[in-house]
Amino acid sequence: MNAVEVKNIVKSYTDKVAVNDLSFLVSGNEIFGLIGPNGAGKTTTIRMMMDIIKPDSGKINILGEKLSEASKNKLGYLPEERGLYKKLTVIDSIIYLASLKGMDRRMAKERAEELLKKTGMLANRDKKIEELSRGMGQIIQFIVTIIHDPQLVILDEAFSGLDPVNTELLKGLIVDLRNQGKAIILSTHQMNQVEELCDRILMIDNGHAVLYGNLKEIKSNYKSNSVILDFEGELGQQVPGVAEKRVSKDYIELILDGSATPKQILERLVNAGITINRFEVVIPSLNEIFLKVVGKNHE
Amino acid sequence: MNKTFLIFKHEFLSTIKRVGFIILTFALLVLALLGIGIFHITSGIAKPSAEITKIGYVDETGSFSQSTTEGNIIFVHFDNSNAATQALVKKDITEFFVIPQDYISKGLIERYTMQKEVTPPAATTNAVKNFVTSNLLAGRISETVIKRIEAPLNLVTITLTLTGAVASKQGGLINLIIPGIFSFLLAFSLSFSSAYVLQGLGEEKESRLMEILLSSVSTRQLIVGKVLGIGAAGLVQVVIWVISIRFLLNLASSSIGGIISMIKIPANFWVFGVVYFILGYSLFAVLSVSVAAITSTVREAQGFAGLFMLFSIAPFWFYSLLMLFPNNPIWIIFSIFPFSAPVLVMLRLGMTGVPAWQLIASMAAIILSIVGGLLLAAKLLRTYILMYGKRPTLREIIRNLKRE
Repeated sequence: MNAVEVKNIVKSYTDKVAVNDLSFLVSGNEIFGLIGPNGAGKTTTIRMMMDIIKPDSGKINILGEKLSEASKNKLGYLPEERGLYKKLTVIDSIIYLASLKGMDRRMAKERAEELLKKTGMLANRDKKIEELSRGMGQIIQFIVTIIHDPQLVILDEAFSGLDPVNTELLKGLIVDLRNQGKAIILSTHQMNQVEELCDRILMIDNGHAVLYGNLKEIKSNYKSNSVILDFEGELGQQVPGVAEKRVSKDYIELILDGSATPKQILERLVNAGITINRFEVVIPSLNEIFLKVVGKNHE
Repeated sequence: MNKTFLIFKHEFLSTIKRVGFIILTFALLVLALLGIGIFHITSGIAKPSAEITKIGYVDETGSFSQSTTEGNIIFVHFDNSNAATQALVKKDITEFFVIPQDYISKGLIERYTMQKEVTPPAATTNAVKNFVTSNLLAGRISETVIKRIEAPLNLVTITLTLTGAVASKQGGLINLIIPGIFSFLLAFSLSFSSAYVLQGLGEEKESRLMEILLSSVSTRQLIVGKVLGIGAAGLVQVVIWVISIRFLLNLASSSIGGIISMIKIPANFWVFGVVYFILGYSLFAVLSVSVAAITSTVREAQGFAGLFMLFSIAPFWFYSLLMLFPNNPIWIIFSIFPFSAPVLVMLRLGMTGVPAWQLIASMAAIILSIVGGLLLAAKLLRTYILMYGKRPTLREIIRNLKRE
């Protein structure tokens, strides 16, 4: 069963179409990246998935059914714009919000203490929310998001404002969730986090899907026709199959002319007696792909 | 557990734990008990002593020798002012007065005392007055008539209805005090309760908690739970006031008596009090939800809350006019106008009988406004509850409402 099935959803506001005919699937047991520039329609899409706003048309199934009060209890959502009751204590905040997810108080208290301990926040159990730092507040919000053991977790800009220590802590918790068989949707601008964590991605721009699928396959599709070479010896003026050489400080990038594969180039270099320290097919980072795809759309 | 009930419980408990709520709820009870206590302490201090007080007098007319005892006061005769002064210096008497020869023609009596006073004590003045009256009338009319002349009037007013029957509500101006106080408290309770709704939603919107809540509950559950939870706390407050006022009235009536024992508030006044609180609160709460939907910060929302306070308090600005002409057409119109109706009708109920048609019309107007307000709030919430930043203009709101 897919965790999320979105089919042809459209949402427009008075002055713009925020999401236009968007479709995608998220399966269980995966970390799914939802990426795109500001105003692309990511948050609107998530809000429609959470039934906070209604799509003008299209269909959304969450965990195999249309979202209901009962199925809302199986979701965990950490919105980009987030907060907690400032005057409540950490434990009371967690218990109240967990109870709204269908947990009974005793269970919520036990699980809250367990998660506070796991995240090193147990000492802050009885502090008021307003006494916590921003990063600490975000960890509490993450605990609120996962305390009820949701099947689907949606995290919108989960890492923004976190220090490196808390970022690593959160990454570990997200990977744990995936290993427990949960589906996780990670909406972020931080491409390095997506590259590190996500199995599949959906990139949207102006409400449309512009890239969708397995991250490795997408990157492979965007690999450029060039190799990086670090060597010892004389390369010579002409290397068969190489159209252009770009010299950098530590390496040379060879732009292939299409008549030979990287493997054939490597064989030719070895046969020419060149000592090779590094030979690497150039695969663009997700950030480069993002800039390429989104930049093209915004030209 | 039902999520609406969970929100109801959370809001109810959060509201009754607020310091402002606790102070407003129990201030009246505590202040009134304090007032009754102070009355008893001071009246105990000021109570006339059982000790005999001797007041001297010099009678130059030779005709004042009767009724020399008035309660605990004994009038001691002196032949002249010098003898009376000597007795005063020796503290044999507390004071003395001189009735001159021409008293009958001029009515002047001189009083001598060693106390520094602004005016003579009422007890002394009364005793001297009765002494003089008794002596002037002695032997001319009977003792009973003399006593009646000394206390000629105990006026009891009985109000009749248009049919000539004795009205169920008696007591005049004193009976305006309790409805006035209750209406004032009602105005505060309406303002504070609706402000709590506004502040609660405003805080959840400002702190960006709204989206987390809406991922667990529907907008309807959130608003119904919140409005009912805070409303229930407000209702508890009003019921505590009703019980407190009735208890305090009984306590004050039995322990202080006098004019307070004349206060009679009909039972239906309190029933209407509770009904108008529920209606008034529902209307203001629904409007608070609409305001919270379109504003981004608590501060901005509180500016609008001032409007509710204005509508609630406005009838008190015209209190004296209202007392003089409680059935003037202008008050009848404002008794049906939904925003001013709850407090104004309660004030008028304390002053005069409000005809049934006016009560029905005012309640119907409030109920219709609540229904209209609910529809408006639902549309505004759908559109604006998750919009932060700049407040939409009236034009934008109308355009979006049309689109909805």
